Amino acid sequence: MSRGHTALVYEDEPARFGAALAASKLRTGGGASVGPLRRDDDFDPPELPGPEWVRIQPRLSGICGSDLAAVNGQSSRWFEPIISLPFVPGHEVVADHDGTRVLIEPVLGCAARAIEPRCDPCAAGDLGNCERLANGCIEPGLQTGFCESTGGGWSTEMIAHPSQLHEVPAELDDESAVMVEPAACALHGALAAGVSPGESAAVIGAGTMGLAAIAALARWTPPSALLVAAKHGHQRELSLELAGPVPASAVEPSEIVRASRRLTGSMMLGSGAHQRVAGGVDVTIDCVGTAESLRAALAITRPRGRVVVIGMPGVTTVDLTPLWQREISVRGAYTYGTESLGGEQIRTFALAMELVASAGLGRLVSATYPLERATDALVHAATAGSRGATKIAFDTRSKK
Amino acid sequence: MHHGEQFRLEKLPADRSRIIYPPEPLEPIEDPDAAIREALESPIDSEPLRALLHAGMKLTIAFDDISLPLPPMRRPDIRQRVIEAVLDLAAEAGVDDVHLIAALALHRRMTEDELRHAVGDRVYDALAPRGQLYNHDAEDPDALVVLGETRHGEEVQISRRAAESDLVVYVNINLVAMDGGWKSTATGLSGYQALRHHHNPATMKKSKSFMDRHSSELHSSNWRQGEVLRNSGVKVFQIETTVNNDIYGDGPMQVLAKREWEWNLADRATFMAARAGLDRMSPPARRKVMHGWRAPYGLTSVQAGEVEAVHEVTTENVYRQQLVEVEGQTDVVLFGLPYISPYNVDSIMNPILVHCLGLGYFFNMYRGKPLVREGGVVIMSHPTAPEFNPVHHPSYIDFFEEVLVETTDPVEMEQRFEKRYADDEWYRHLYRTGNAYHGVHPFYMWYWGAHALDHVGGVIVVGGDPGTVRRLGYRPATTMADALEMASDVVGPRPSITYFKNPPLMMADVK
Repeated sequence: MSRGHTALVYEDEPARFGAALAASKLRTGGGASVGPLRRDDDFDPPELPGPEWVRIQPRLSGICGSDLAAVNGQSSRWFEPIISLPFVPGHEVVADHDGTRVLIEPVLGCAARAIEPRCDPCAAGDLGNCERLANGCIEPGLQTGFCESTGGGWSTEMIAHPSQLHEVPAELDDESAVMVEPAACALHGALAAGVSPGESAAVIGAGTMGLAAIAALARWTPPSALLVAAKHGHQRELSLELAGPVPASAVEPSEIVRASRRLTGSMMLGSGAHQRVAGGVDVTIDCVGTAESLRAALAITRPRGRVVVIGMPGVTTVDLTPLWQREISVRGAYTYGTESLGGEQIRTFALAMELVASAGLGRLVSATYPLERATDALVHAATAGSRGATKIAFDTRSKK
Repeated sequence: MHHGEQFRLEKLPADRSRIIYPPEPLEPIEDPDAAIREALESPIDSEPLRALLHAGMKLTIAFDDISLPLPPMRRPDIRQRVIEAVLDLAAEAGVDDVHLIAALALHRRMTEDELRHAVGDRVYDALAPRGQLYNHDAEDPDALVVLGETRHGEEVQISRRAAESDLVVYVNINLVAMDGGWKSTATGLSGYQALRHHHNPATMKKSKSFMDRHSSELHSSNWRQGEVLRNSGVKVFQIETTVNNDIYGDGPMQVLAKREWEWNLADRATFMAARAGLDRMSPPARRKVMHGWRAPYGLTSVQAGEVEAVHEVTTENVYRQQLVEVEGQTDVVLFGLPYISPYNVDSIMNPILVHCLGLGYFFNMYRGKPLVREGGVVIMSHPTAPEFNPVHHPSYIDFFEEVLVETTDPVEMEQRFEKRYADDEWYRHLYRTGNAYHGVHPFYMWYWGAHALDHVGGVIVVGGDPGTVRRLGYRPATTMADALEMASDVVGPRPSITYFKNPPLMMADVK
């Protein structure tokens, strides 16, 4: 252990949570400069909690929507029992470990916590559903990047359990490697949608999650037709590129209801906020998770259709009458673990590495920043879409 | 200059600009009812109408729909006068089996109020409750019949009721030279199966212009279909009317009909007050005021009898009012687009209708050659907001969101998208049961501009919503000065400029 590292530390300062929330409401990403995130240039990385744990040095670490929610004071209080403060954010990490490039699978399940016997989900390989996120040899934390004991990717040094580490294949450059974790989340959601041959699908949102979900659908469960709601022009272009041979159209979010009607040849009912398609697509993947996107998902999904929510919703108010009246199934999709594909059980991360390589998702990394420019990086990430960007990451390679 | 539901004052370069003003309104016929009776008694190339009517016969009276005239006419509408005269003769002859059909083709169904306005309360109350007055339904398979094909392979489809009638009386208002003739029946009482043969980019590109029948492929096609109608035994007694261009009357709106250099202090004050008043209104209130205007038009002619012979006389009467001799073409033509077009009466002038009014109608208001030279620039003034009436124009919304995002090329959109829109069950449902234009209608509106799109070197919209204007394939300009500067990129420095001050409607006879 040595001091002298740099890290961005998320402090336990309730007053600054409030300031971040207020600032972010005034300006997108405004919480970055006034919130609880502080740069520590004399950072003391965490102690190793057990003999298996190792020290790693981040190379690139992405900024995720859940990170932005935390930085801007917008996280749900649901997380309170399963995080521990202060923590160093950063769970999309490609790092060095004894001269080898590694990826972190950040969920802190029973293996990392030295809990035996493992909970049922962990025993089944469904790491994201671990039931012991507040127990064991480390502090509460659903993932690295939200746990006091582990540090996180927004630093020059952190710790990891070997069960979390994956060696980066030589053919993946750092930018591609840092996309593996978000790609794993997205493909887990895309496969959870269970698109059968002949079914139509819609993806709402075309940021990192949406674009990776589109690539995953196209790769493993191609729908008969795909509709994408994307705010920005470059997102619509990327959506169509990543859809590959799948017949796809991409529209602005305000046009999604009518577009789904056109796609399905259905009729429309209602007007204004109650406008919806009488039928609709078979399955919708919501990669945004706002009240607006959930409302849209329920409006464009056919009776008895499915909605999968990948985007982190937080506290939202949505009229669930359509869920009831149309018997729509809504399910969440969080992180990853093991996927069932063609009768085989495969680790999501293994599939994600393949997807990143085959779809070229490394191109979604639009800009990297040093830790010293954290505010710029976080504002850029919060406004990525409108600035023609997708994924923003911290780059600590020059620190080595 | 008209600018949607508002007006603009613009200064043009004095040394290279000209303004084409509409002619003064013709003197109207003093006794329209007498003129109508006379036309029915002394038709052209036909026996008098009373000689064609007899007890036990099947009589169908078809009439032009809400798209004519613009703005709508003050009561009594000329259609009412004509229909009452025809029904009086029918009653004298003992004709009981009479149907009145609004010949709207793929336009939206008229509401009860609109039908009452067109035919009058007496006619409406006598026939509508008994199901004898109704809107044409181009999607009712039982109500249409295909009578054959033209020598060019164009199918001819018409209302079954009309086809099976002993006589069809068509009551028309020729607001522009394009209206009337065989277009009344071959289009107005027909359906998509037949209309697609002339409402398409190839035909529109070859129509130069729509207002000059002998140079219009659209009309040639309609005339061929009319020939099939005639040869199939459909007997048509055509009654065509023309009106003068008095759309403002003697009230405060009269200032809009004056040449600006004739404005006195009161005119200036009236104009400024109107602008200020409109500015202060909410958009719905402003729309209501504008669309509430009913024009006092005077009848300038009425002729009846054989379709083609009647139409020749009618066209001359339209030209008598509207034709303005213009010396030479121009590099840049300016159009101030008003709040109304044939397809948004009591509704919103959406961006597709802006295209249609500017490049479909105003551009084509010529005889001989277009007012703007080949490769010249059209500058239109209109807010061009991305607003739509979801009741009247549901398929327009999808056309804007889906088709125009992909292409503005009429040929490509016809090939890739038209059929799906024409066959869409939801649009069909809304057309048949609501007040929606047919699903294919926005395509036709775009096709109207096909010839202009081929001819001009660029289109600029002043004061329009930039994103919407770009989606139409045009260039947005904030001010007229900007637009003129942008135009010079296309046509060169110091271009000649012509402001074609429509409406009231006129046609350029370009020498």
